Amino acid sequence: MPIYEIVFYTFSFIMLGAAVAVISVRNAVYAALCLVLAFFSASAIWMLLEVEFLAIILVVVYVGAVMVLFLFVVMMLDINVEPLKEGFIKYMPAGIVVAVLMVAEFLLVIWAKGRFGEAAFPIPAPNPDGYSNTAAVGELLYSDYLLAFEVAGVILLVAIIAAVALTLRHRSGSHRQNPAMQVRVRKDERVRLVKMKSEPRQEG
Amino acid sequence: MLTLAHFLTLGALLFCLSVTGIFLNRKNVIILLMCIELMLLSVNMNFVAFSRFLGNLDGQVFVFFILTVAAAEAAIGLAILVVLFRNRQTINVAELDDLKG
Repeated sequence: MPIYEIVFYTFSFIMLGAAVAVISVRNAVYAALCLVLAFFSASAIWMLLEVEFLAIILVVVYVGAVMVLFLFVVMMLDINVEPLKEGFIKYMPAGIVVAVLMVAEFLLVIWAKGRFGEAAFPIPAPNPDGYSNTAAVGELLYSDYLLAFEVAGVILLVAIIAAVALTLRHRSGSHRQNPAMQVRVRKDERVRLVKMKSEPRQEG
Repeated sequence: MLTLAHFLTLGALLFCLSVTGIFLNRKNVIILLMCIELMLLSVNMNFVAFSRFLGNLDGQVFVFFILTVAAAEAAIGLAILVVLFRNRQTINVAELDDLKG
């Protein structure tokens, strides 16, 4: 068996095993870590497909940012997992039946009549030396998809502002500056003029 | 020989696993969010495989946008989760029935 297929099957089994662990482990921290493993394996499979840019993006953005965010939240919230697991056994048969049916249907669609087999979709030749996947995707991103790319930037900005606005909390006891009130202040709110007679200097 | 069908099967299996996860963990919002991430990963797997086998880079650009939207979704989802936990001291879906839907 050539190395190409060994790599594919190894990382596929790791990825599917990690996915099973994500949905079945009791502790949410372990689930997040298994999710990281699943994303890593998916990234390796994408490397196999010569999709290098997205494979690295998957590791950097997903494992580096989103999964760490998940871990932060899971560890920050002190969650009592016991009541959350009830119903796991109860819904297990229904879940498994649905999963098996869905897998059967998918396999039927994918493998019947060789729709996606080698005849319909021939194995692509490896990219030539000096071909840069990143450059090709970047060229497409900055020409045909420029508008969509900028909209994606706006979406991220909205997400940042929304996340900050949602979690910002005004505590009652904290003393914060209010620039609007500072600007609006008038002289008579700060200075009190007192009229009094002048007094001779006290010698001594 | 690894054909397109192999990669599509992998995506399909991952998708079914995440649907099963949503069935089994319907009380825990964090696991539900993780299952949605897995689902998006399986969709991305299909996009990438088709992009490679059709020799068309548009699929990879789509994956790029899906990753962007998924990151935004995860950030906002987790923010909502934090606010929810702060107000209710629970993330149990069964107890979040204020809207009486």
